[in-house]
Amino acid sequence: MAKRTALYEEHVRLGGRMIDFGGWDLPVQYSGLMEEHLACRNAAGLFDVSHMGEVHVEGPDAESFLNDLLTNDVSKVAVGQAQYSVMCQDDGGCVDDLIIYRRAQDKFLVVVNASNDDKDFAWMREVLSRKGYRCTLTHESAHYSQIAIQGPKAAEILQRLTKTDLSAIKTYWFAEGTVCVGVPALLARTGYTGEDGFEIYVSWDKAPEIWRALLEAGKASGIAPCGLGARDTLRLEMKYPLYGHEITDKIHPLDAGLGWVVKLDKANDFVGKAALVQAKENGISRTLVGIRMLDRGIPRQGYAIHDGEGAERVGEVTSGTQSPSLKQAIAVAFVPKGLSAIGTRITVDIRGTKVPAEIVATPFYKRS
Amino acid sequence: MRFPAELKYTKDHEWLKVEGNVATIGITDHAQSALGDIVYVDLPKVGRELKSHDTFGVVESIKAVSDLYSPAAGKVVEINSELINDPARINRDPHAGAWMIKMELSGEATGLMDAAAYEAYVSTLK
Repeated sequence: MAKRTALYEEHVRLGGRMIDFGGWDLPVQYSGLMEEHLACRNAAGLFDVSHMGEVHVEGPDAESFLNDLLTNDVSKVAVGQAQYSVMCQDDGGCVDDLIIYRRAQDKFLVVVNASNDDKDFAWMREVLSRKGYRCTLTHESAHYSQIAIQGPKAAEILQRLTKTDLSAIKTYWFAEGTVCVGVPALLARTGYTGEDGFEIYVSWDKAPEIWRALLEAGKASGIAPCGLGARDTLRLEMKYPLYGHEITDKIHPLDAGLGWVVKLDKANDFVGKAALVQAKENGISRTLVGIRMLDRGIPRQGYAIHDGEGAERVGEVTSGTQSPSLKQAIAVAFVPKGLSAIGTRITVDIRGTKVPAEIVATPFYKRS
Repeated sequence: MRFPAELKYTKDHEWLKVEGNVATIGITDHAQSALGDIVYVDLPKVGRELKSHDTFGVVESIKAVSDLYSPAAGKVVEINSELINDPARINRDPHAGAWMIKMELSGEATGLMDAAAYEAYVSTLK
């Protein structure tokens, strides 16, 4: 049986259509995906992301351990700052993508994908055991709830419930304060929608009162509870990667367009570095691009990409949908470097028909 | 959820309205609701011969792709081409305005449920 977040009863009460997602019983939608997506773009969306995994990394060697484990440069992260990063296998394949939050010089919160939670923790322990690091790992997923409030009205709604000055928190920074009546919370200006907003980490048992208070505080501003469906279309319009689609244990971060978080020149000989250096020397042959359809049809994960004439199979769609914001079918796909220039014509095999498409600039959606 | 009494239903969540030897076919209120916001539909060409259970088209919501199955054998005599440009009509008006195809039946359509039987069937799917 799928696990339930602390907000399960809230979802059912709000008419959420529950599905199994990575072993969790979560709403794919409430009122409707389109409406929820647009509410987040135009006002605010509220998401239960409590299924995400949390790990505490603490001790004098916490930074050097994470810098050995992750591709990004942890030494650049100040206390109160967050950083997006990738955790690789020795062969360079992605174990997961994640966010680290530096809570003190020697104290980090690491947030990973739900479906990888146990695998990630096991891998972190394995890497920890390779050297005598003076730091501890604790798997805290069961104690945290995470609620994301995203959208142009997100900050003003959340501000009604906290004394922490949210205007002082820059993007990818956070503060530890309280929400509602003294509930301790980590308030991070991070998210997965392309909108301004916050991810709120609270103790599991406090999640329902925070959730209800945010919906109430945002009512007049047009807040909508949003399901996994809208979460996926929102991230896809931004071309944010999703594990299992754009990144997997068979795909390394340089292919997946995550070179910007791979610091091959940092001092630490991080896990996967040798493989990534080798891959770079060999030349990156494929790349993740955004495409838009030029004729009818919606590209989906796994559909084949052919060249413009439809003669030769050259790649594959990793994620695709009808974009609710753009009213246009879009996709992210792997194509050879030579076919990745903006404006290049390709075709997508949709149920046997080669439908014309073109490479476009991303993000697909740009905030006005 | 609506289950109009004048229609017949299939386990694939299509409805039929049979008049003489012509059947009008669409998807049910339950089907559109389960799919969510419908953003794409493909329909067959007029004149296409279909066997029972042939795929005659596709309907897609933002998240999902779903085949349309012919509930009987026959020939497509008319399609509702307005749906191509307004697939959301299937969400708004599944049982009437968003009919999909009309078929000239080549035999009796079998294995169909009446409204009560279909409603009972849907209630077992939860």
